[in-house]
Amino acid sequence: MLTFNKYNRYSTIIFFLLVVCLCKYSIAQIPSVVIKNTDNRSFNTSEIKNDGKPIVINFWATWCKPCLQELDAISEVYDNWQKETGVIIYAVSIDNARTTAKVSPFVDARGWDYKILLDPNSDFKRAMNVINVPHVFLLDGKGEIVYQHTTYAEGDEEAFFEQIKKVALSTNESENK
Amino acid sequence: MKNLSVSFLLLFIISNYLYAQNDNIGQIHGNFQIEAQYYQDDTLIGAQALPEHFGINSYSNFNYTKEKFSAGVRYEGYFPPLNGYDQRYKGAGIPFKYASYNADIIEITAGNFYEQYGSGLVLRAYEEKNLGYDNTFEGIRIKFNPYQGIYFKCLIGRQRNFWNYSGLVRGIDAELNANELIGKLKESKMQIGLGGSFVSKYQTDQDAVYKYPENVAAGAGRMNISYGKLNFSTEYVYKANDPSFDNGKIYKHGEALLINATYSQKGLGIFFAAKRIDNMSFRSDRSASLSELSINYIPDITKPHTYSMPAMYPYVTQITSEMGMQTEIIYTIKKESKIGGKYGTNISLNYSVANNIQKSPPSDTSIIGVDGTLGYKSDFFALGDEFYFQDFNIQINRKISPDFKTTFMYQNLTYNQDIIHGANNKLTHGMIYTNAFVADMTYKIIKNTAMRVELESLFTEQDYGNWAMAVVELSIPHFFFTIIDQYNFGNPDNNLRVHYYSCAIGFNKGAHRFEVGYGKKRAGVICVGGICRAVPASNGFTLSITSSF
Repeated sequence: MLTFNKYNRYSTIIFFLLVVCLCKYSIAQIPSVVIKNTDNRSFNTSEIKNDGKPIVINFWATWCKPCLQELDAISEVYDNWQKETGVIIYAVSIDNARTTAKVSPFVDARGWDYKILLDPNSDFKRAMNVINVPHVFLLDGKGEIVYQHTTYAEGDEEAFFEQIKKVALSTNESENK
Repeated sequence: MKNLSVSFLLLFIISNYLYAQNDNIGQIHGNFQIEAQYYQDDTLIGAQALPEHFGINSYSNFNYTKEKFSAGVRYEGYFPPLNGYDQRYKGAGIPFKYASYNADIIEITAGNFYEQYGSGLVLRAYEEKNLGYDNTFEGIRIKFNPYQGIYFKCLIGRQRNFWNYSGLVRGIDAELNANELIGKLKESKMQIGLGGSFVSKYQTDQDAVYKYPENVAAGAGRMNISYGKLNFSTEYVYKANDPSFDNGKIYKHGEALLINATYSQKGLGIFFAAKRIDNMSFRSDRSASLSELSINYIPDITKPHTYSMPAMYPYVTQITSEMGMQTEIIYTIKKESKIGGKYGTNISLNYSVANNIQKSPPSDTSIIGVDGTLGYKSDFFALGDEFYFQDFNIQINRKISPDFKTTFMYQNLTYNQDIIHGANNKLTHGMIYTNAFVADMTYKIIKNTAMRVELESLFTEQDYGNWAMAVVELSIPHFFFTIIDQYNFGNPDNNLRVHYYSCAIGFNKGAHRFEVGYGKKRAGVICVGGICRAVPASNGFTLSITSSF
């Protein structure tokens, strides 16, 4: 049992040492976690790939309003985004058993064309260090995380698309070399 | 603790050294969250400052991953816990630590882990920081995937209870997906998945009066069938007799049934859920209650509301007796149509209802619910006479122009506060009937700059009476500014017809977010994913920082 009284200086030192590393390291690659797709089949997150083109992983929930605003806004321009950059969006729902069955009809009714994944016990969310939704990751052609954001405000998708274009461009350049 | 600290320091130094030697030596990543509040006394609204003035909850996760290996720790500090969190969290330490190896067909985790079997009716360990809920296991888990489409998950461990670990839980879960398993079915329109779980807990019996079962087992079976866009899934759990504090020490078995059915096509989604819960409190300690040491999770089947007024009276699953259903229809009216308008309109209709189950005496000579007996008999298909909850709501999202979006909502709610808040022993006001209205308008002023106005009201003759609420929010790149007023204009007590003003400023960049706020907050109930926390009224400053790396 660990109590406040027994909390010793060792753990203080370690805690601050680790906070220092906050600036130094970061998550770079997608961990391998088995979750589900909307067909109820198992899906290993290490299979998130897009032939060297950009990938977006968007953590959301049916009860999260800014998430829906963001995914609705992107949905309207997703065709253009795909044509221009070849990006694929994986929308990972963290809805738990209360609402997880609702995800599929919810997505269809809104007409979203994203690849939908279900993470009902937040296993993938935890592995990706996500605290709240929305939390969005942008991966380059090599599958490395190059950009993240955690909130959505009206119009943010335009700035986000600039990031995606940058990634698509740098991927093309490295291919040409 | 000392040993742990030293070993972790070594791990840190080694990984640091290796990282400098080679870029491909693994990653250290994690996140950091702090929620703090400075409390002021406000006797009018019943806000009490803590003796320490401040409440601080903080969480830091540090993970190391290198190919198939991962390990990590979580530091938690409560100096002291925020008001409304269980004060047994007071203190600091490292309650979560694990190491895991994942070779494709087998994954072994030692230390702490979260897990869910099926929909969680028989076993679910999870964390919900906003509620102060964490029933993580500490033990060993093995996931075994011998063949594509066949999955086993075995575990043994103790459960977290604030700063202690207690109980003993053993479980095995098997899942079979026919479409993954059988080559011919890979592209089939029909999808079939089956699963089964067995969970058992052990607790010694030293009671002088009753002979308690020391081992209590529960078994569950589940099925998921879909054909095209039609989907049906169900899970049933049977639990052996398990006299406990929750069920009044009766020796009856427990049962739970959950059914979900959906249909969808582009522009239309239909969702139906039903459940029956009979004596399904399942904890690793028979004397535990509320959020302590739950092995399973019984989901609410009501809509989780995001707006404040419709969410003022949230439902809480009744784990000992409940029968309920929910249905929701979501429809998008096409763009460029007469009703849909130029940009389309999205409508969702939702209805949910919950009741108790029917109960009758276990024999001709006894009465219902006597401790030490079978307690009661229940007809599986019959409703009881106690009404818990009903929620009808309609929500319309309509885009008026590319720069102007609106959401309107109406809710009619019936809420049995005696039952739903009963467990918290708070003053309750019987049956509450409310009507709530919401209008939410977002206008994009220029690129990246938007103004959002939210107007809400709630009308009721019970409890605290009528409320009105306004939110104004301005967002510019990386910043937002919010002002909120909740006005309890219909409080039966004239002195309590007060404004709850608050304001907040937030900054975010990348995976980092800061928010500071000041103001009064009303007493309420926060619910996330089916469990709830009562939040007392407060007045003061708040600070929130989240950061992932």
